[in-house]
Amino acid sequence: MADSNDVLNGLIVVYTTYSILIISLVAWFSYRITRQGRGGLVKPSIFYTWVIMLAVLGVTLHLFTYNTIPWSPMDLNRADIKPDKVFEITVSNHQFQLPAEKMIIKTSEKVLFKVTSTDLTYGFGLFRPDHTMVLQMQVLPGHINDILWQFGEPGIYSIRSTEYSGPKGAYMVVKDAVEVTE
Amino acid sequence: MNMNYINTLLNGEQGIFKADTLTPMQKITLRFVVVGLVYYAFAAIEGMIMRIYEITPIPIMNEKHFFAMMTAHPLVGIFGSTYMIVFGAFLFLVPFLMKKPLWSIKAANWTFFLITIGTIVMWSAGFLSHYAPLYTLYWPLPADFTQFSAVGGAVFIFGIALIMVGTLIFVVNIFKTIVYTPDGWDKQPAGALLISALGISGSQNIFRKNKKEHLVPLPVAAIARGTVDILLNALIITFTGVLILIYMLWEIGGISLKSTAIDALLYKNWFWWGLDLIADGAVLIFVAGAWYLLATLITGKKLFMENWARAALFVELVVSWTVWSHHLLSDQAQPGILKVVSGEMVTAFELVTQGLAFFITLVTLWSARPLKMTNPLKFLLGGLLGFALAVPCGILQADLGLNRILHNTQWVVGPHVHVAVLVGLTMTLYAAIYFLFPILTNGAKWYSQKLANFHFWAHLLGGIGMGAFMGMAGLKGMLRRAIYVDGEFNIYMILAGICGVFLLLAFLAFLYNIIMSVGINGALGIFKPAKLKTKDLLPAEGK
Repeated sequence: MADSNDVLNGLIVVYTTYSILIISLVAWFSYRITRQGRGGLVKPSIFYTWVIMLAVLGVTLHLFTYNTIPWSPMDLNRADIKPDKVFEITVSNHQFQLPAEKMIIKTSEKVLFKVTSTDLTYGFGLFRPDHTMVLQMQVLPGHINDILWQFGEPGIYSIRSTEYSGPKGAYMVVKDAVEVTE
Repeated sequence: MNMNYINTLLNGEQGIFKADTLTPMQKITLRFVVVGLVYYAFAAIEGMIMRIYEITPIPIMNEKHFFAMMTAHPLVGIFGSTYMIVFGAFLFLVPFLMKKPLWSIKAANWTFFLITIGTIVMWSAGFLSHYAPLYTLYWPLPADFTQFSAVGGAVFIFGIALIMVGTLIFVVNIFKTIVYTPDGWDKQPAGALLISALGISGSQNIFRKNKKEHLVPLPVAAIARGTVDILLNALIITFTGVLILIYMLWEIGGISLKSTAIDALLYKNWFWWGLDLIADGAVLIFVAGAWYLLATLITGKKLFMENWARAALFVELVVSWTVWSHHLLSDQAQPGILKVVSGEMVTAFELVTQGLAFFITLVTLWSARPLKMTNPLKFLLGGLLGFALAVPCGILQADLGLNRILHNTQWVVGPHVHVAVLVGLTMTLYAAIYFLFPILTNGAKWYSQKLANFHFWAHLLGGIGMGAFMGMAGLKGMLRRAIYVDGEFNIYMILAGICGVFLLLAFLAFLYNIIMSVGINGALGIFKPAKLKTKDLLPAEGK
């Protein structure tokens, strides 16, 4: 299964390319409007094409990611997918309370993290040793907060709250909490 | 120091600016702008302090102070700075474009005082009591009295309440100015004016063979539509503030109310619905309106595809009421249908509406080639670039798959929020300030074009650079609203900090240029009562 780093690398390429193009376009435009030349208006057909292109681009982006990022359809359909393992975690008073047994998962397994808050709104995120993010979700009190995941790579991952819950929550980290094996 | 320099410092460039010659309307507008710029400085300095703290926690403050600052920072930026500058400009522009006096100068003064005082009350309460639920206020954090003082919080909310009252008075003043009949005028068609301002008649024009004349100029229509979102947002914030205040007052009275009485997910939904009326509504609508106004004023040409521009502003208004779910894509309890329809698909329409405004503005400018690269034009182009960079970021993160690894990272707050606000919005506001400066000051001259150029480049590069480095940190996993003590992301934060210094230097250059242009005496004179007794916008000889 594709990893979050694969998706982020793709995003870096796409957005960097776009940024260079749009900065160049505005720079070119800024130079050209100070020069003599035909100042005629653009044909309405070009305008309509532009509008349609933007609409198509906006919708296509989501269709593309839904079909290429593996966790997108899994997330929307998680109620119909039976997980191989379920880990229940409670967050209370700015502390993560993990299951008694160590969380060890195989890359072939689908695992459901079910996180409950007894007081505030928190976040639940898994991070690699180099601090890059694998996944995250919000943890709201009074609601079921569950995420179904299949890990792309073996490794040891840390938990960190990904939502601000007051100054007390600034260091809500559990190091090396999840181990993923082949 | 030579006498010429001191003379310019005291009396402004060539001594042209005379505060005594200003009308009450010019003075009130300039007061809004000056206070807005002072609050911008507050937010910028706070931003720099927080940036340093992100690199290495400094001993003069602790986490509580850091997060109190982070709570105040966007609120000072949005209300104290942006609201003040935008409201001041619109209270002048709406009567200017409608060619009639403002409905009430007294009401404009009330807005000025309430927002000025409300912002400092809110800021002080945060500074002194360290009330820090952040502007996102996720329930039940604002009522968590194990972390925050109820008294400090109550004063904080009182400050916000003052700002909201000032905002509501602004809304009334804008709509009354559009529809009212000034003394001695023929009766104005209030209903038709309102319909035109809200864009209903303009949208109908797209489908009419014989296009009807618009009663309200396009920029006024943009202001009116954005003001609808300002009103709805003020009502949501006021409602939320009252709710939080009830918990605080009961706590002060010794009774702890049950926080579970409020559903955290429902709260998040209405709160983001209200907040997005500004972030995805008023800002985009006001900015598009400002682009159209500046493009037509700079070129002297008619706006390209005007009916479409009007219709897009109306669509933007409706879109802004239906996009809030993109903030809840990582909330697993949020219904999937809301995530897909509101969070992804409707949000994608912001690419259309903002892309359309971008295109229309560029084509209008192109139609008037060759143009002189004036200060308003170059800042307008900077503003256009800012949104061209920031809006696609927003569309990308408003995606189910990508949000899973972007939500609450520095990516969201860097290349999206800060580039949109600092480059897109602020540079558009600067374009308007540079354009209005001679009109509001009865022809005062800028002290230095070199400083204006430095202001432009340092702000543009600083803003884009800061957003880019924050974005890179976000893609490497750095969260927003977090503290890292082991230097995990120092390289990005140091580079973002250097860009922040550029932004600060740009602002100082701008401030110095303004002071040297109007002089210290002139700047102080803006705050003295106007000598001219008139409701006219400009003095008789300046019209």
